[in-house]
Formats: sequence, structure tokens, C-alpha cells
Amino acid sequence: MVTEAQVWDALAEIPDPEIPVISLVDLGVVRGIDVDDRRVRVEFTPTFLGCPALEVMRDAMADSIRALGAEPEIQVLLDDSWSTDRITAEGREKLRASGFAPPSPRGDTGAPTLVQLQSNAHRCPYCGSTETRLENIFGPTPCRSLRYCASCKQPFEQFKTI
Amino acid sequence: MNEQEQQLLLEIADDELILGWRDSEWTGVAPLLEEDVAFSSIAQNEIGHARALYELVARARGTTADELAFDRSPDEYRCAPLVELRLMDWAETIARHYLYEEADAKRLEQLKRSDDPEIAGLAAKIDREEAYHRIHAQMWFDRLQDEPRFVEALERLRPQAEALLDSARRGEHTAELADLWEEMTMVRRSQPAGTKW
Repeated sequence: MVTEAQVWDALAEIPDPEIPVISLVDLGVVRGIDVDDRRVRVEFTPTFLGCPALEVMRDAMADSIRALGAEPEIQVLLDDSWSTDRITAEGREKLRASGFAPPSPRGDTGAPTLVQLQSNAHRCPYCGSTETRLENIFGPTPCRSLRYCASCKQPFEQFKTI
Repeated sequence: MNEQEQQLLLEIADDELILGWRDSEWTGVAPLLEEDVAFSSIAQNEIGHARALYELVARARGTTADELAFDRSPDEYRCAPLVELRLMDWAETIARHYLYEEADAKRLEQLKRSDDPEIAGLAAKIDREEAYHRIHAQMWFDRLQDEPRFVEALERLRPQAEALLDSARRGEHTAELADLWEEMTMVRRSQPAGTKW
């Protein structure tokens, strides 16, 4: 019989479909696992609702549970339970090391503001400088903004805070 | 979720689906490359919100999000005419974007206070994503607010934006919706019902 720890380990092996340096567990989209004999129920809390990778994530989790010899049930949570604050410390470091600036903490200030996005409190993932500026709130996927580092002259992608 | 709540979620889902479709028409032809990216991303978000809203209604009704999104006839959609308009002008597009986000913020605030935890939870999630749309709309408002073409567009579209918050003013559609629907549902209609994509 499969154990909950085995399921966590298996899901931690699944790369994020769009940013494969981090796993689904690092990304924080697995909110809970419930093992009942041969049935394994996973609470999946999606990142951005328009993210085209959501189905890929869901199917990859189901396949991985089947490979353990169990019957998967992936429950998609349509609530406010995912936040970029759920990305693990390890996941944040992996993002930074591959050129994605990790998201700022959500903080207590409520919704983000243009002033925050335009501030230079965002660190370049390549050289560590805070001499960076916002180029575009939107980027190649819903979760990312585009910034430019004036110090090392490198454009980079910044995870949006959600 | 009662019938009235389902209707309200369908109205919002239809608005987001159709506006997302219209926003996606700027992909590749916006006046700036940054806006190609922005409008493509906003379109993707709006359609994602529509999908999640349809999904909640579909769970209550024992159907699927795809059936709600694509298997109704154009006159059964509940979207407001504002989102249906095929706008070819950037000033008008920004005016609609600004007015839509303004109204959408108000209804999301209401939904976040819903007694139904599913509705309140989804509204809270959508609102966090919409915050970035609002910043984008405000940036463009600040940039264009003294341009007569933009001011005229705002005045012309504002009465239609009011219908976004009023169920009683929905149900009538523009001719543009039928054309959009033809294109949007064409692939689905070409395949037997129940085809898995």
C-alpha cells in the first residue's frame, strides 16, 4: 500500500511544465494529500487561472500516482489558497539560479500597486543589483513581468506576487 | 449555489470569455510590442477566469465548463454589449479596458463578501489577478486622459459599462456577437459532441 510520504516524494519529482527547474511541490500547488487504501486524493490549488499548464500539471500528478499503483483523484480547488508565498525557499533559490527573479512576499499591504512594481526593490537574479526597472507588467506567461537591470544590462523575468 | 447566483456567475463568465476573445485580437497588431504581450496575457487571464466561473456553475448544474462556454446559441449568452464590440481603435480599446476593470472591481468586491464560500473564494483569487489588469488600465488612463479621442471614447462607452453591473440591462446583443460566436465555436461544432480535446 502506498503511503502519503511516497506520494509527496513522487509529486516532488514532477517538474513545472513551464519552468522545469522547480517541482510542483516547490511551486506550492499541492495543498493536501489523502491516502485511503488504494485511492489517493490530491488537493491541487492552481497558480494563475489562465495558465495553460494547469491541465498538464493535473495529468502529470495523476500519472505519477498511477505509477505508484494507486488510483488518483485530483481535486482542483477554485479558491484563493495559492499564493506565490507558497513557493518553497528551495524553489525560490532554484528560480533565482535560472534567471527568474522570485516573487516578493505578499505582505500586508493588500493588492500590488504600480509604485511598488516601479520601485527598485526588485533584485536582478544575475548580478544581485537593485538597479532594476519595470519594462512590462506582463510577460511570456501570466505569472511573469519583464524587468531590466541597469547594472549588468540584462533583461530578466520577475515572478508576479499573487 | 442558488439559481440567481448561478445566473450572476454566468453573466460574469460570459463577459470575461467574450472580452478575453476581443482582447486576444490585439495579439500581433497592438501599437507597441509591449501591448501585444500585455493584451495577450490579459486575454489569457480573462478566459481563465471565465473557465473557473463556468466550472463552478457546471458543478452545480451537473454539466461541464466547455458545454456552458460553447454549446449555447448566441442569444443565450448573458454578456453585456460593451464586451462584444469589435473595436479597431486603440483609444476605444483602452477606454473599454478602463471602464471594464472599474466595473469588474466593484462586482468582485461584492462577490468576495458572498455567503457562499465557493463564490467568495473564487472571487478573491480572480481579484488578485485582476489587480494587475487594473494597474495596466490606470497607466494607460493616466497617459491618455487629456487626449480628446480617448475622452470621447470614454463618454461614448460609459453608458454601456453601466450595464455590466445591472442584470436587468442584459440579454440584448450586438450583431458583432454572432460573428464572434461563429468563429469561437467553429472547431467545436465541426467535431462530434463529446470529443476530447
